Amino acid sequence: MQIAHDILLRSYRSMRTIRDFEERLHVEFATGDIPGFVHLYCGEEASGVGVCAHLTDTDTIASTHRGHGHCIAKGVGVDGMMAEIYGRKTGVCHGKGGSMHIADLSLGMLGANGIVGGGPPLICGAALSHKVLKDGGVAVAFYGDGASNEGTTLESLNLAMVWKLPAVFVCEDNGYGEATGAAYACAGTQKARAAGFGMPYLECDGTDFFAVYEAAGQAIAHARAGNGPVMLHVHLARWYGHFEGDAMTYRANGEVAEQRARHDCLKNFRQSVTETSLLEPTALDDIDASVKDEIEAAVKAAKNAPLPEPADLEADVYVSY
Amino acid sequence: MSKKSFRQAINEALRQEMLRDPRVVLIGEDIAGGQGGTSGVVDAWGGVLGVTKGLYTEFGPDRVFDTPISEASYIGAAVGAAATGLRPVAELMFVDFVGCCLDQIMNQAAKFRYMFGGKARTPLVIRAMYGAGFNAAAQHSQALYPLFTHIPGLKVVIPSSPYEAKGLLIEAIRDDDPVIFLENKVMYDDEEEVPDEPYAIPFGEANLTREGDDVTIVAFGRMVNFANEAADRLEKDGISCTVVDPRTTSPLDSATILECVEDTGRLVIVDESSPRCNMATDVAALVAEDAFDALKAPIRRVGPPHTPVPFATVLEKLYLPDAARIESAVRSVMAYKKTKQEA
Repeated sequence: MQIAHDILLRSYRSMRTIRDFEERLHVEFATGDIPGFVHLYCGEEASGVGVCAHLTDTDTIASTHRGHGHCIAKGVGVDGMMAEIYGRKTGVCHGKGGSMHIADLSLGMLGANGIVGGGPPLICGAALSHKVLKDGGVAVAFYGDGASNEGTTLESLNLAMVWKLPAVFVCEDNGYGEATGAAYACAGTQKARAAGFGMPYLECDGTDFFAVYEAAGQAIAHARAGNGPVMLHVHLARWYGHFEGDAMTYRANGEVAEQRARHDCLKNFRQSVTETSLLEPTALDDIDASVKDEIEAAVKAAKNAPLPEPADLEADVYVSY
Repeated sequence: MSKKSFRQAINEALRQEMLRDPRVVLIGEDIAGGQGGTSGVVDAWGGVLGVTKGLYTEFGPDRVFDTPISEASYIGAAVGAAATGLRPVAELMFVDFVGCCLDQIMNQAAKFRYMFGGKARTPLVIRAMYGAGFNAAAQHSQALYPLFTHIPGLKVVIPSSPYEAKGLLIEAIRDDDPVIFLENKVMYDDEEEVPDEPYAIPFGEANLTREGDDVTIVAFGRMVNFANEAADRLEKDGISCTVVDPRTTSPLDSATILECVEDTGRLVIVDESSPRCNMATDVAALVAEDAFDALKAPIRRVGPPHTPVPFATVLEKLYLPDAARIESAVRSVMAYKKTKQEA
């Protein structure tokens, strides 16, 4: 399929930004400077970016605990995100949310979510808003294979069909819910689950940007046209543990190395666009260099940013009280 | 102004707010009722107890959304819709069903504003029935307002009469925070004069339904009526009571409660929710901490035993506080003073 030059450049930049952001967090987390839990999206970049390439700020997404990639793909700035993860006042949530709650509603980013299966019902609501307000928007729920077993997800698939909502359910299947394999935890198949609700189903290799872009394009177009929801099943692998510090003793030796060597979405993207002369290697090199600087600056700024103040503790519980 | 039932007052508040603001939508199980049925009648129920009757017919399928029996998805959808531009009023039917969808209320709606750094607005109302007295047994009779009151980010409203219900529901719909609005199911046919025009009663401002010198009775929801009844009987014996209806448990009008206790020196709290960690314990702690010197007698709490709500009428009657028990509690705090003086 034909993809516009600017979309290719923007998507590569977005994937590169996620990769560098996450790789840097992996390093910084080990120093002990970052409080709390961090769940990295490395290896899964093409999924969030391939889907969000079809969305505008009017459209809404809900993310997961592994949410940094979705935030970046939806346009949330890395400065505010990094500061948030460092628990700083300049963070996108003023240091009160942290890694698992990064949100920017002005960009249609309804939040990462600390609750597995928390997002799909919210996305039914966002889709209802789009439908009632007739703004042409689509709502997209990202959820993992783990969340696919939550009742909230299954109820949402049903409700979205009953209400014929402009929603897309993107099941990011990285094969593990925490430390338990999907091979153990998911009965049946995602495809059969979609069929059970009469919901159209598409699947793709989530390490291939072009495959995700094409499938997501179809799914989102279907929903946007008022034809109801679609399930998009994206096959992925995560390169790090469930959380930082997870020794991944449940994974076979070489499993991640194989993914990195053969299914690196960035490497494969570069190879594809340069072999077909869609983009010049130098254009990609420029993006790599620019992103490197951007992440470096974000980390530096976050480390030097002011901490929240005592008065912030009781602020913003309510709009008014 | 005309006599309206608690049910009609709520219906009127919903209707008037839906007319005023096109972003107000209704979501819930059988709030129309009849879709997919064989009679072709929609708006067949208008809610399980008829509270939303006629609204589907008037406002149509773009404003009134019947749902599957699927609380987690539709309460969550109401939360998501509230965060993205609508002002949904979701009906949870029986508040006991919150067990099926608490995450969406407790971890999503209540937390958005704080954890997103003050940037989210979630103008959501969740209406639900609460309370014993309907022979509805353990899973359809609870008074779970303390559970919601415990959660920062939620507001909790318990109207005590049709007038209160209309004004507080309009306020709830206009409020920009998530509000839990609890309707006592035994009160739907209670009637009183209710203005025809829309009006809003502010949250966190208690209403004094009786004013007296001897004892302050703080009561919640339906218990306000029993407290009034008890106060009227006691008045005949020369014991005058102030009855405080806090209207909302979150925010709670602590100042008014403290002022009343300062004036009377005695406090009885009537709360039909289960007695551990409920509103009675909360108000008792508040007064013990901030009005200790004013107390002439120990604080007395009137409530149910720490049991599930029983089915059989004879047991349910024993379970629920009533005017007689409140009267007895008031007499006991009055008597306490005499004993002390005699000693």
